[in-house]
Amino acid sequence: MLIRVAPEFPIASSEITPERVFQDRRHFLAKMGLATAGLALSACSDAKEAPQAEPAAADGAAKSGLATLEVSKKTEMAGGEKVCSYDDITQYNNYYEFGTGKSDPASYSGTLKPRPWSVTVEGECDAPGVLGIDDLIKPHALEERIYRMRCVEAWSVVVPWIGFPLADLIKRLKPNSKAKYVQFFTLADPVQMPMIKRRVLDYPYREALRIDEAMHPLAFMVVGLYGRVLPNQNGAPLRLITPWKYGFKGVKSIVKIRFTETQPETTWNQLGADEYGFYANVNPAVDHPRWSQASERRLGELFRRSTLPFNGYPEVASLYAGMDLRKNY
Amino acid sequence: MTISPVARLRLARALIWLLALAPLAMLVERLLNGRLGANPIEFLEHALGDWSLRFLLLSLAMTPLRSLTGWVWPLKLRRTVGLWAFAYICLHFSVYIVFDLNILAPAQALAKLGEDLVKRLYITVGFTAWLFLLPLAITSTDGWQRRLKRRWKMLHRLVYPAAILGVLHYVWLVKKDLSEPLLYAAILAVLLVWRLPWARAWPRMGGGILRARSPAADPRDPSLKPRA
Repeated sequence: MLIRVAPEFPIASSEITPERVFQDRRHFLAKMGLATAGLALSACSDAKEAPQAEPAAADGAAKSGLATLEVSKKTEMAGGEKVCSYDDITQYNNYYEFGTGKSDPASYSGTLKPRPWSVTVEGECDAPGVLGIDDLIKPHALEERIYRMRCVEAWSVVVPWIGFPLADLIKRLKPNSKAKYVQFFTLADPVQMPMIKRRVLDYPYREALRIDEAMHPLAFMVVGLYGRVLPNQNGAPLRLITPWKYGFKGVKSIVKIRFTETQPETTWNQLGADEYGFYANVNPAVDHPRWSQASERRLGELFRRSTLPFNGYPEVASLYAGMDLRKNY
Repeated sequence: MTISPVARLRLARALIWLLALAPLAMLVERLLNGRLGANPIEFLEHALGDWSLRFLLLSLAMTPLRSLTGWVWPLKLRRTVGLWAFAYICLHFSVYIVFDLNILAPAQALAKLGEDLVKRLYITVGFTAWLFLLPLAITSTDGWQRRLKRRWKMLHRLVYPAAILGVLHYVWLVKKDLSEPLLYAAILAVLLVWRLPWARAWPRMGGGILRARSPAADPRDPSLKPRA
């Protein structure tokens, strides 16, 4: 008879009830409640102050029970802006394979199994094949980078990601001279992702970068956040982060990497080319046809803040020298 | 089981006030206990918007309900439901003004409102719906109804375009998953189609399973007196 010993952390992060989340936030939001009441009474001289740092910002990470990750270095790359709480980062995001609501990914991604996992490498490269996820990650020294992340829906977060430069992975995969683009595919498994049967998007989710964008030192392959492995809802076990682009470029739960000579199809662009460009660089001067991109709501803040060109990463501008960014949005 | 129309009216009135106050109580409880999620402003805006549409559709369901059942209370309470819809819309709009436009910087907020009204079609239609409903709320009193006479009824037909714009406002702001806004659109379509003369004839031809009494004269007639 097989006797199953309970693992050290028997409850997956995604299965923990949302109740817990809100406990930590009680204090901060109660204050917000007072601030709102204050506004209503137009006694709001101090309501403009940003909410105080929650002492419990990282508590959610510890409670997640996910394995911790060692990092070789930590770099703050968000202009000193306050890092968002673990709970905000992991309880409010988009991952349509688990539902279209902002809290759906956290609620329903428990069915995703990030191990065992393999990534297929194909197309214009000299090292095609199938890589086990641990073999893919192992050669790289993990580092922490605090990046801003701006969603095309005009909300944003500041996240301490853990990963390694995408450029380092691409060098290992040896793209040939024909490789002008690199395309990434998300898992599309109706067993692990029952919601994909609704076909809200054309699955599998695909995203792509021009090869010089992919080689930019800011492009980051992410395996964790807040000192621990990625929770399922944030794209376990491997995802892309390009902090100067809208969040939808950051393809999650990657199962395939393909090098191509021509610009590949990307999911949101294919769905609505007038609303979602291939480049999708954060640009406050180019509005989404239906809403403004000039400002954003940072999770944890009440009022909107201005959106920065390239999301505050002007060092990428040279990638687009000579391009009309209004046309190539 | 027989319930007198008066008792039924009292019961219905109590239920509608309960229904109207429950979402507000829920939101206040969440606000005070920090249970509005990671993006509390969006949560408030969406919840208040949802309830605005629900009450607007409910107010449009009152006339068909009266006609199908013969009950008196739907017409008696139609104004209450409509005013609650307007109250939720005002709250929804206030959250946008205070937090999205940032009322702490009124000059810029006004400029942003102007830009939104011109450039964001979903805000244009949402604002227009509110503008259409504003005179209806003001003239909802018995006094205004008497003073405006026949014009009152004409004026209050503005509720139809307002409801269409309200649903459109929802459809246009959704990124991709249209299932929920389209549900509201479908309900509104049924409520509007029912008002077409040929569609209204259907229950009279024996289709009205709930019909307990003889057909009403004109179910839209606000001056319709309760039958004993």
